[in-house]
Order: sequence, then structure tokens, then C-alpha cells
Amino acid sequence: MTTQEHTLALFAGILGLLVIASAVGGVLAWRSGGNSPTIANLNARIKAWWVMVALIAVAFVFGKTGVIVLFGLSSFLALREFLTLTRTRRGDHIAIAGAFFIVLPAQYILIGIDWYGLYSIFIPVYAFLVMPIVAALRGDTQNFLARIAEVQWGLMVSVFCVSHVPALMTLDIPGYEGRQLLLIAFLVLVVQSSDVLQYVWGKLFGRHKIAPLLSPSKTVEGFVGGVLSASALGAALWWITPFSPVHAFGIALLITLMGFFGGLVMSAIKRDLNVKDWGHMIEGHGGMLDRLDSVIFAAPIFFHVVRFWWTP
Amino acid sequence: MLERIAATAITVFARLVTGVRTNWLGCRPEPVQRIYFANHSSHGDFVLIWTSLPQALRTVTRPVAGADYWQQSAARRFIGERVFRAVAIPRGGGAQQAQDLMCAALDGGASLIVFPEGTRNTTEETLLPFRSGLYWLAKARPDVECVPVWIANISRVLPKGEFLPIPLLCTLTFGAPMKVGAEEDKSAFIDRARTALLALSRPDHD
Repeated sequence: MTTQEHTLALFAGILGLLVIASAVGGVLAWRSGGNSPTIANLNARIKAWWVMVALIAVAFVFGKTGVIVLFGLSSFLALREFLTLTRTRRGDHIAIAGAFFIVLPAQYILIGIDWYGLYSIFIPVYAFLVMPIVAALRGDTQNFLARIAEVQWGLMVSVFCVSHVPALMTLDIPGYEGRQLLLIAFLVLVVQSSDVLQYVWGKLFGRHKIAPLLSPSKTVEGFVGGVLSASALGAALWWITPFSPVHAFGIALLITLMGFFGGLVMSAIKRDLNVKDWGHMIEGHGGMLDRLDSVIFAAPIFFHVVRFWWTP
Repeated sequence: MLERIAATAITVFARLVTGVRTNWLGCRPEPVQRIYFANHSSHGDFVLIWTSLPQALRTVTRPVAGADYWQQSAARRFIGERVFRAVAIPRGGGAQQAQDLMCAALDGGASLIVFPEGTRNTTEETLLPFRSGLYWLAKARPDVECVPVWIANISRVLPKGEFLPIPLLCTLTFGAPMKVGAEEDKSAFIDRARTALLALSRPDHD
């Protein structure tokens, strides 16, 4: 099969799943007479999935630029949700403006021009050093360390980590030329379906809470079932990747584990900030960060594993 | 026509910059006559309230503001008079004149947006003490509902003295309507109104 046929086959499969999910959701809603909040939430989630798949499909049609714009906008919305909830003060105004209007676009432009040496350190070195300088010059020292750390961590998760998804397009893998978009599809599909499968396994068989203080709805059964079945899905998708089926399983296991722990870390931050969701952008899903939390932690690790073992 | 275009441009811009989310906690956006009273920390405050109202309510809701603010340039005059149809209160005109102007606007069927702190809050305080104008207005027109509106975060989007807005998310929370009680005196009502507004400022009502 050619790359295009691979992509089309993949999207056809996803569309089929979404059609089935919507039909099941419709029947459940009809049988419950619209009185069940769980089913209403399920249908809101399915609807949001349609929108997400449509956005990714449109981005894929526009190729590299489309994907960079899509994830750049996602970073913008995520950073906005994160910084809205942090306890910054007036003295941080210029530093935050710099994060939105200089650091974020610069990171995605660097990926667009394929400057690996700079985009892999631009935020953790240059932004992390210059932003505290800008804030310090304003002279407000109250909670200085905490304020700086919160803005830096916001940039780390919302921009640096998210930008490693489109950065997959810059990897030159022998024998895999021109197909890097499918690596993005692999990452997003495996990690996001792991979230869904953990939810489903947890609802069906969940008994033992895995992290009662952080995420009371997560269970051991949901974790094990979700991670293993999503890893099996990853192995089944080996044909769109440069990996063998065994490697695909191992990598899928690694990124679903990172996704799971990413979700826990982001839950801990939400608890600390006293909120249930990061935002209210997507009906049934909370904010952009609620959707991206697992991808955020998986993307840089996935990127570096592929870069280390599959590029010359 | 020009007014419609300007109104759309202003609301679209406000939505883009602040991603404003509206939380109708104590009432619904219904076509009843109201006095919306809100905390005041930025020039963008009434734009946000105005933006978050449905189109049908927006056209009958008028902000109350100092006349001098609207007369500083031709553009402001156009926006103030024709787009927002602001009730302009002359400085130094006295409390009675202000009250008469607001009552006239209510009698014309309009709803009002007022800021009972009287001035923009640029301090570290959550909410400044209220002036008494809200009481006299509510007493003079007892059938009109007073609705508290908490505006969160706008002072962080554009703090005083900065020129570049940062795109943080703002939330507007509309509280339960209130009226002056038959036996209620000025300080009791003002206290009650201020407490009701402050209660909306705590994030745990979500």
C-alpha cells in the first residue's frame, strides 16, 4: 500500500468506529429517555471525538503546515488554560506576554524549519533563563520563585511537550520517507484510545482504586486493561509505522504508561489549584489540557525513542 | 448599520482575547428589566458583560459611565453614544442628577450595567466598599431586579499601566436577582449586595 492508502485506510477505520460509537450512544440515549447524566456525558465525548478527528483530518490534508498550525493553536489554548489558573502577579505581565507572543510561535517556527539543535533546547534553556530576568527587572519579589516556576512549567507542558507531536514530521527514518504523519496518527491514536479503554475497563471491572488521592475514578483494573489493550492496538497498527509488531507493542506500552502517569501529574496540579477541569472549551471533555494531558507526557519520550533507535 | 458592525467587531475581539465564559449561576438570561452590578477593575468590564449577554438583551442593556470618559475622542463618542448607548453621567453633577439620568433610562425600558465601587479597583483588595447609588436606584425603581455579576481575571488580562493585553480566560458569574426589602435601610442593602457579589468571587461555586 502507498502512504495515501495507509492514511485513508486508517481514517476509514476510525470513521467506522465513530459511526458505531455514535449509533450505540444514540440507542443508549433513546432507551434511557435522556435522563442519564453518564450517557449524556458519553455522547458529549463521542461528539467531541468527531470534532477532534475532523480537525486532525483537515490538518493532514494541509500536510506539514496544517499539522504545525493545529498543534500551535492547541498549545496556545493549553497555555491560556494553564496560566489562567496560576497565581501570577502584575510583575509577570511582560514575561507572560513573551510566552504567548514570542516563545510559542518561535518554538513552532523552529520545528517548521527543522532546526532540531535549537527547538529541543529553546524553551528549557533560553526561555527559562530570559523570562525570570524579565520578571526580576519588574522588582516584585513576592512569591517570586513560585510564580516563575508556574510560568515555566506552563510553557513546558503546554508548548514544549505538545510541540514534539509535529516535531515527529522532522525525523528522517530510512525507508519511511514522506510517511511521518502516520507516526503522529500512531501516537495520538494509541495514547487517546488508552484513555478511552481505561475508562471502559474501569467502568466494567473497576474494583480497586489505584490513586485515590489524585484520581478517585482510576482503578487498577482500568489501568491494566486499558494500557494492555491500547498496547495491543499499537501492535496491530505496526503496518503504519517503521516498527516491527513487537517493537510497536513495546513502544505503545511505553507511551500509554507515560500517558497514564501524565494524567496523574496533571490531576495533582488541578487538585493543588482547586479545580476539577482545566477549562470548559469542549463539552464533556473540560478544557484542552484535560484532553491533551496524556499526549503531553508521551510525545517527547516517543519522539526521542524513535529518533534514537530509528534514525541514523 | 455601522453600529451593528462595530458591535459585532467589539464582541468578537473581546471573545478572542478573553475567551469569556458565562456562568448563569443565580438566574437565566431572560428578557426582564435588570440592573447588573459588577466589580470594576478594568476598562474592559462592561464590554465583557455586554458581550456575554444574548443579542436580544444586549440591545436593551446600557452601561452607566462618566461622561468625560466617552468624550475623549470621536471614536469613543461614537462607540459610547451609538454602539453601547451608554448612560453618560456628567462629573460634578451631583448624586441627584446621576440618579435622575439612570431612572430615566430605566423608565425608557432599558436595563443598566453599574459599578457600585464607583471607581476602578487597582488595589490588592478583592472588592472596594460600595457607594450608596445602587440603593437609591433600587429604592426608586423597586420592580427592577438587581443582579450581581462577578468578573474574574480581566485585571490580569490588562493591568493598569500595561499596553499589551495577555490572552487569559475570563469568567463572568451572574448571581441571584435581589431587590430592596420594604424595611431595609441603606447600609443593610448595600452590605447584602456587596456580600452577594463577593460570594460569586470564590471559585468553588463551579
